[in-house]
Amino acid sequence: MAADGACTEDTDPADAARRRFRELAEPELPRLYRLARRLVGDDAEDAVQDCLLNAYRRLGQLEHGDAAPAWLTRILVNCCRDRHRRRARRPQEVAVEDIEQFSLYRKLADEDPFPYSDSLHLDFLHRFGREDVQAVLATLPEHYRTPLLLVYVDGFLAKEVAQMTKVPLGTILARLHRGRKLFERRLWEYAEANEMLREPVA
Amino acid sequence: MISCAQAVRELWDYLDGLVDDAERAAVEEHLSVCRRCCGELEFAEELRGFLARNADEELPPDVHARLTATLHGLEGR
Ligand SMILES: [Zn+2]
Repeated sequence: MAADGACTEDTDPADAARRRFRELAEPELPRLYRLARRLVGDDAEDAVQDCLLNAYRRLGQLEHGDAAPAWLTRILVNCCRDRHRRRARRPQEVAVEDIEQFSLYRKLADEDPFPYSDSLHLDFLHRFGREDVQAVLATLPEHYRTPLLLVYVDGFLAKEVAQMTKVPLGTILARLHRGRKLFERRLWEYAEANEMLREPVA
Repeated sequence: MISCAQAVRELWDYLDGLVDDAERAAVEEHLSVCRRCCGELEFAEELRGFLARNADEELPPDVHARLTATLHGLEGR
């Protein structure tokens, strides 16, 4: 073992738990913050603070260190929800049947005159900066945004998201499907609103 | 043979490996003869990477410092 200090620390179970928690949580901070920014915007730092304190209090529930990323994410998602509830924002209503059929690819292909090259419509996507995408994501209702971020940005499996959010897998799959479609649609609407369409390609 | 509308509905699930063997075969059969849906598949792939790249965000150093301070300040809460 290392220096005397470390050994002394190990003899106190509370110190050992604190250190274990630090080792699990610290590498997750950038990811947790990014997710919180997408879920609660300017309240992100406070949400991550809530998450850390809640998680530390419940450290005994964590059986394996390997489960820490999903466990912390679940607690963070709950903290973000609590913040949403407190602000009592009404969820935006979205007609499901309108979303299901939307195809951004086809919208772009049907633009006339067609201003994009025919390879992957990359010209369209290249017009979007990070801030544009974040603005578009912010328009998605929370129940679509959360699974979308957890799966496509953080790389969790749909079944892990179902466990984390205590929502049935079938519901998560349907929300992922609609969330993707709604993301496409909102990208298109954002491009229209910000006059990002039909300009000559640079 | 499934229609373009059906193929488009399945594409992301297909990319994410969420379809069963029969659905996978049906999508692949359609893709083998439909250039437009192949374009749509490529676009869906591109869009997925685009979402992941652009949803990323740096943890600002001052926020990182405050969060780390919380971790180091944990006492018998
Ligand atoms: Zn087709």
